[in-house]
This record gives sequence, structure tokens and C-alpha cells, in this order.
Amino acid sequence: MSALTIRNLRKTYANGVEALKGIDLTVEKGDFFALLGPNGAGKSTTIGIVSSLVNKTSGEVSILGYDLDRQRALAKQKIGVVPQEFNFGQFEKVFDIVVTQAGFYGIPARIARERAEKYLRQLGLWDKRKNQARTLSGGMKRRLMIARALVHEPDLLILDEPTAGVDIELRRSMWDFLIGLNNEGRTIILTTHYLEEAESLCRHIAIIDHGQIVENTDMKSLLEKLQVETFILDLARPVTEAPRLPGFQVRLRDAATLEVEVPKTENLNRLFVELAELDLRVMSMRNKANRLEELFVRLVEQNLPGQAAPAEEVAS
Amino acid sequence: MSAYQQWVAFCTIVVKEIRRFTRIWPQTLLPPAITMSLYFVIFGNLVGRRIGDMGGFDYMQYIVPGLIMMSVIQNSYGNVVSSFFSTKFQHSIEEMLVSPMPNYVILTGFVVGGMARGMAVGLIVSVLSLFFTDLTMQHAWITVSVVVMTSALFSLGGFLNATFARNFDDISIIPNFVLTPLTYLGGVFYSLDLLPDFWRAVTLINPIVYMVNAFRYGVLGVSDVNVYASLGAILVFVLVFYSLALWLLNRGTGIRG
Repeated sequence: MSALTIRNLRKTYANGVEALKGIDLTVEKGDFFALLGPNGAGKSTTIGIVSSLVNKTSGEVSILGYDLDRQRALAKQKIGVVPQEFNFGQFEKVFDIVVTQAGFYGIPARIARERAEKYLRQLGLWDKRKNQARTLSGGMKRRLMIARALVHEPDLLILDEPTAGVDIELRRSMWDFLIGLNNEGRTIILTTHYLEEAESLCRHIAIIDHGQIVENTDMKSLLEKLQVETFILDLARPVTEAPRLPGFQVRLRDAATLEVEVPKTENLNRLFVELAELDLRVMSMRNKANRLEELFVRLVEQNLPGQAAPAEEVAS
Repeated sequence: MSAYQQWVAFCTIVVKEIRRFTRIWPQTLLPPAITMSLYFVIFGNLVGRRIGDMGGFDYMQYIVPGLIMMSVIQNSYGNVVSSFFSTKFQHSIEEMLVSPMPNYVILTGFVVGGMARGMAVGLIVSVLSLFFTDLTMQHAWITVSVVVMTSALFSLGGFLNATFARNFDDISIIPNFVLTPLTYLGGVFYSLDLLPDFWRAVTLINPIVYMVNAFRYGVLGVSDVNVYASLGAILVFVLVFYSLALWLLNRGTGIRG
């Protein structure tokens, strides 16, 4: 059984904006799934419809076999949502927010208090339980929303930009926490702008753009589609124009920095030989972006009709 | 959700609402107590002595039921309109919308929360009035019925206002420009017998006249209008407002994209 099945989902807002143009998506039970896309692509609308915060125009959604139209209460019982924006009462106490959320799911107070303690401890917020939510830092507020989403122990957890604005150390600890939840059998769907996060955590990925799914596959297959990798080379001396290197696309970023696209069929040794023949010494080298980021940009650019070529000097 | 789970969810909303208005008691419970005490002192004691009898009672006794009703109306409405709009404004309404709680539980929870504040303030004002006059209860069940139904009706009114409100101005327009004038012109301070025929007929269009008079009948045993017709009309309005609010909630008006 799938954790989430979406069929021909469409959403047109009252102002005429067509946010979703008939998307299909299946997330298997136990998966760690990334939903990526640029701003305004339709990610939040999709999550909004799945979590019953946005009315769909047409299409079908089912969560762990429960149809969202016909078995809405059962479907909602199975899902926990961590939204992008803080959406709790800022003047309420941390402990009360989690216990109250459990109450909305019909969980009796005693069990609600036990679970609130369990998740607040796991997320390092137990010491802050008596504080008003508005006094927490941004990272703590995000963790509070995770604790709140888990209090009814859902099988499917959806996180919309869970680590936005969170420092690196805390982000890593949140990754560990999410991996732990996934290892317990929970299905996790996340949207993120940190593509390194998606590459590290997720086994499957869908890319949405202009309200359409432009890619939906497992992470390994997706990364294998990357035919070209781009490197930034810092040169020992400045050059006046981009050198011509057969088999490579070279751009001049500035006088002493080259951007080189290396096809998968080529090897880096030949690149360095070619550069050495032109008496160009490389002082340092780095990837332009991580692999998923590069692929993401290419897929999204492909989906843009009439995309202009970069206005940089190109030599090949 | 089972009936028990729905009951737990309903109690959660009511407790949350009561906790909210008791936490900010200097904004919710104290002001009406002070305002009504001033009414008792100025209109009841100082001005009232010169007015003499009204409807067969001294003026202070006559206005007390109306002032209690005014407190119930304003606070029931004010609680739900501000609480529900705040949950929309802070997006914390999403906590309820993602849960499996049926919409009628959400609506009833907010309404009962508003009724709780309306009746709590009504009780405070009633106790304060005892320092200024003797308060009897001629028809207990009518008194209780009117308070319960009126507080429910204005809680629903507050909910409807908050549903359509887009900013904080929108939640103050109706209380300031509709509710307050209707309450002051609703027979709180005078008997309709004092009005010329034309203005008496106009006043009878005001629904608050029926609530104030029905409550006054319960307390003092006198009314300018038919009490049972008033009770029936309030009940019909409660049912109509509840149905409308639930329909809007089911549609997601003002809360779902």
C-alpha cells in the first residue's frame, strides 16, 4: 500500500492562477521522499491539499489507502504536517501547544501529556516547556512544530522546509532525528531548498515546476542522469579570454577563474593535460554546485520555454 | 473519530478558549466590571434618583438586567471574534484544520468558549449589582434560557464576523457601529412605553430589544414585549446562525485557499 497517492490533481486559485496542472505522484510506505521545485512551483499547494488546508479543484488524493474526499477523518489521522511558517499561538506555552494538538485528535489528556513529554525531550525542548512559544529561537520553533506534528503518532510525516533558517549543527541533529523516525517505519516527505539535504536523506525524489511533475524517480537513477559536471578552477595567473579546450565547455568567470563543464565521457586528467599545454596552472578546484543542485537547475531550465542562453563568454 | 474522541476534542477547544480569556483577564474580565460599576454609580445612583420609577421599579433595579445582558452580548461576541480571527491571523487555525475533528466540533467549541466568557462577565456584573440594589429572580428558567441562547447567538455572530474579516479593522466595525448602537437603543436604559408610537415601532425591529426584555422578565417579571415569542425568535436566530457558520466552515470560507 502506498503512503500517498495523488491522481490528476489540479488547483486553480480564485485569481485564475493554475498552481497544479494535473499531477500524479505515488510515495511508497516507509520511503524518505523529497519534493523539490523552485518558489511558486506548486509544492506548498500540493502539501496544502494533502493536509486539507487548501481545497483542490479536481483530482484524487489518498493517504495510506484512505481517500481524502470520502474518508477524510481517517486520512487525517494518518498524517502529520510541519508547515513552512510558524503557525502556533505565540502566547501559548510550549507544553500546552503540544498537548492541545493531541486533544484535537481526540487523545485523552493523560496520554497527551506523556507523549508531549516524550517528543519535547527527544527534540531538546523539555527545558523550555513552560516558556511562551514566542520566546523560542527560530530553530526551537521548528522543533516545536515537529513535536506537535508527531504527538498523534502519524504514519506519514510531511515537512515543508523543516530546516529553513536553522544553523548547520542543529540541521544535522534534525536530520538524525528524521532518519530515526524513518527507520522506525514512518514515511517522510520533505520539501527543501537545501539540495544537499535531499541528496543526503531521501531515497526518492520528485521535481515539480510550473504545476507539473518534471521528474519522479529514485535518487540514484536521477543522479545518473547528470551527464555533465561543472567545476570552478582558480588559475595561478590571469587570462584575457577563455581557453579553447576540445571536449570541454569553458567559461571565463573572471580573469583568473574558469568554469569548466566536464562531460561524463571525459576524464579530469585530460583536462589538466590540456591546461598544462597552454601553460595554465590550476591552484584550486571545486564543484560549482552539488550534483543534485546542478541537475535540478538543468531540469527546471529545460521546463522554461524560450530560456535565454547565459550572457557569458563561451569557448569550446 | 469516535464520539468520545470528538468529546475530547470539543473539551480541548473549550478549555483552550477559557484559558485564553482568563490568562488575559485584565483585558477581558476587568474592563466590563469597571464599566458596569460606573453605570451603576452614575446612571443608577446619581441620575437614577432623579428619574424615579421605570416600569414599576426604581431606576437602578430597572436597568440592572439590561446592563447584565449588555455585558453578556458584548463579551460573547468579542471573545469569539477576537479569538477566531487571531487563530486565522496567526495561522494557528491550521492546527485544527489538519486534525480529523469535524467542523461542527470546531464551531461548537468556539461558541461555547464565547458563551463561557459572556456568562462569566454576566455573573461578575450580577454580583457587582448586588452592591447597589436587590436582585431577585422571578422566572429562573427564562432567565437562564435567555442568557444561554443570547450568549450562543452573539458568539455565533462573532464567529461569522471573524470568518469574513481580513484585518483587525474588520473585527471592530460591527461591535462599534452596529452592536453598541443596537444595544443602547435596545431598551437597556428605558421602557419602550416612553417612546412615541413611530419610534416604538422602529425599536421593535431591533432584535436586542427582545433579549433584554426577555431577561428583564426573568429577573423582574416585567417586559415590553411577548417573552415566549422572544425566546422562540432567539432560538430560530441561533439555529440559522449556526447553520450558516457551519456551512461557511465546511466551504472553507476565509480559512482555506
